[in-house]
Amino acid sequence: MRFDVSPPRAIRLAYRTLDGTPMGASKGFVWRWYLLLAVEFIGMLWVPFYNAVEPKLWGVPFFYWYQLAGIIIGAALTAIVYFATREVER
Amino acid sequence: MNRPNTIALAVFVALCGLVTGLGFLAGRWRRGDLDSIHEWGLAGRRFGTVVTWFLLGGDLYTAYTFMAVPALVFGAGAIGFFAVPYTVITYPFVFVVMPRLWSVSHKHGYVTAADFVRGRFDSGALALAIAMTGILATMPYIALQLVGIQVVLAAMGVTGQGWLSDLPLAIGFTILAAYTYQSGLRAPALIAVVKDAIIYVTVIATILVVPLQLGGYAKIFAAVPPEKLILTAASGDNLGQTSAYATLALGSALALFLYPHSMTGILSSSGRTVIRRNAALLPAYSFLLALIALLGYMALAARVDKNPAYAAGFSQFGANFAVPALFLSAFPAWFAGFSFAAIAIGALVPAAIMSIAAANLFTRNFYKEFLRPNCSEKEESTVAKMASLVVKFGALLFIVVVPQKYAIQLQLLGGVWILQTLPTIVVGLYTRSLHRWGLLVGWGVGMAVGTWMAYELHFKATVYPVRFGHTVVPGYAALWALGVNLAAAGVASMVLRAVGIDGGRDATRAEDYGPV
Repeated sequence: MRFDVSPPRAIRLAYRTLDGTPMGASKGFVWRWYLLLAVEFIGMLWVPFYNAVEPKLWGVPFFYWYQLAGIIIGAALTAIVYFATREVER
Repeated sequence: MNRPNTIALAVFVALCGLVTGLGFLAGRWRRGDLDSIHEWGLAGRRFGTVVTWFLLGGDLYTAYTFMAVPALVFGAGAIGFFAVPYTVITYPFVFVVMPRLWSVSHKHGYVTAADFVRGRFDSGALALAIAMTGILATMPYIALQLVGIQVVLAAMGVTGQGWLSDLPLAIGFTILAAYTYQSGLRAPALIAVVKDAIIYVTVIATILVVPLQLGGYAKIFAAVPPEKLILTAASGDNLGQTSAYATLALGSALALFLYPHSMTGILSSSGRTVIRRNAALLPAYSFLLALIALLGYMALAARVDKNPAYAAGFSQFGANFAVPALFLSAFPAWFAGFSFAAIAIGALVPAAIMSIAAANLFTRNFYKEFLRPNCSEKEESTVAKMASLVVKFGALLFIVVVPQKYAIQLQLLGGVWILQTLPTIVVGLYTRSLHRWGLLVGWGVGMAVGTWMAYELHFKATVYPVRFGHTVVPGYAALWALGVNLAAAGVASMVLRAVGIDGGRDATRAEDYGPV
C-alpha cells in the first residue's frame, strides 16, 4: 500500500521562484520554509491569545473552535513545508 | 450494572475474536524471518505511508488517552484540553527531527534510540540510562491500558468476586501476549487498521447523535460551569492556568516521540518521506482526540454522574467512567458494545507495541551490551520475545495486585522522566558538543529534580509553581526538570572538556543523517 502524493497545482506553482527553479533547491530555502512550522508553535502556545469565550461559532466558545481550527491549519502548514522541501530530500 | 449486558457483550466478544485472528495471521503478512529482531521488533523497516499512519495512530492515541482526556475535561474543564495543542505541535517537531533519527538508524542498523546513543557517544552506560528510562516510563503506561479494558468490562456488567473479577482481563492479555510473541510488530500494525476504523465510526456517531439528544452544542457548552469553560487567567503575580496549559502542551509534545513505542513506529517505517508525510497526516487523529475530549462536556451535559445506574462505575473508576457511561446512555446496546470494543482493542494495540519496544530496549541495550555481546540473531530475537512476555505479565500483575492510583501516578512520573532523554537523543542528533558524561550528569539531575517536584505535589499532579522574581509561574514539572538537565549537561560538558576527559569515538558521520 504505497502511493505517490502529488501536490495540487496551486501549491506546485506557489513554491516555484520567478526564474522557474523549484524552491527548496538550496539549503537556505529549506530553513526559511521551516519557519512556517514555528507559526504552529506560537499559535498554539501563546495561550492568552485564545483564552476567551467570545466570539462563539455555532455555540462553541472561541477557546475550543480556535484550537480545532489550529489542528487543520497546522496540518496544512506542515503539508506545505513537506511539498516545498521535497527537492532537497531527493 | 449487576447483570451482564448480553447484546453489548456479544458484539464486543465478536470484534475481539476477529482481532485475535488477525493477530495470529499477521506473522504471514509481508513475510520475513521472525527469528531476527529487525523483523520481529521492527517488521523489517518496510511500512509505507498508510500502514505507518495506522500504526502510529493506533500506538499514540491509546485507550487510556481516549478515557483519561475526556475524564479530565469532565472533571477539570478547559485545562484538560491541553491534549489538543500538545498533539498539534508534536508533529512539526517530528517532521524536523525524526527523519534524521531514521536515516542514521537505517544506515547503522539501530533498533532502539539507545542503540543510536551507544553509537553516537561510544558509551554503553549512557545508552543503558536512556534505555532504562524508556522501560520505566513505558511499564506503567502498559498497565494503564489494562485499566481501559477493566472499565469497559465493568460497564458491560462483567464483574465477579476476588480473583474471578480479573479473569477476563487475564485471558485477553494472555491471547495478546501469544500473538505478539508469534507475529511481533506485524500483529499490532494489522490490528491497528481495524481499531482505527471502529474508533472513527464510534466518534463520528457520538458527535452526531449525542448533540441531537442534548439539544445542540450551545446547550452542551451551557451545561459547563463558567469557571471551567476557559482557563483561569493570570491574576496579580500568578500566571494561573495559562502557563500551566502552555508548558503541559510543550513538554508533552516534546516527550511524545521520545517514548520507546513511538520510536518503534518511526524506525519501522520504510523511509524519511514516510515520516515527513505522516507529520502532515497524523493530525487527523488529533482532530479525533479533540472531539473525544469534548465527550467530557457531553457527559457533563447528559448528567451521567447523577444517574443511579452508573453510580457503581463512578465510585470504582471515578471520572474515567464518564465516557463509557455516556455511550451506555446514548446508544442502543449493540452500538455500545461496538464502541467498547473500540476502547478495548484500542488498549491492545499500544500495549503490544509498548511491550515490543521495551523488549527491544532490554535485549539490545542490556542483554546484548552487557551479558552476551556475541549472541546470534536467533538468540537475540528469542530473548526479545521472552522479554515482551515478561513485560506484559509484569503489567498485568501490577494492575491486579497494586491499587490503580499507583499506576496513574507512575505514568505521570513516566512523562517527567522520558523528557529527560531529550538532550541525549535530540540534541545528540545534531551535535556532539555535549560530552557523554555531561549528558549522564544532566540526565541524573533532571530525573532527580523532576521526581522531587512530583513528590512535593504528592504525585497527584505535575504542574509545579516556580517563582521568577515576583512572578509565580505554574508549569509542567517535566519542562522545569529539562531546563535544569540542559544547564547541568552544558556546565558539566565544559568542565569535562577543560579537564580533557575523553569524549569517546563517534561511530556516525555527518552524511548518515540525511540531507536536512
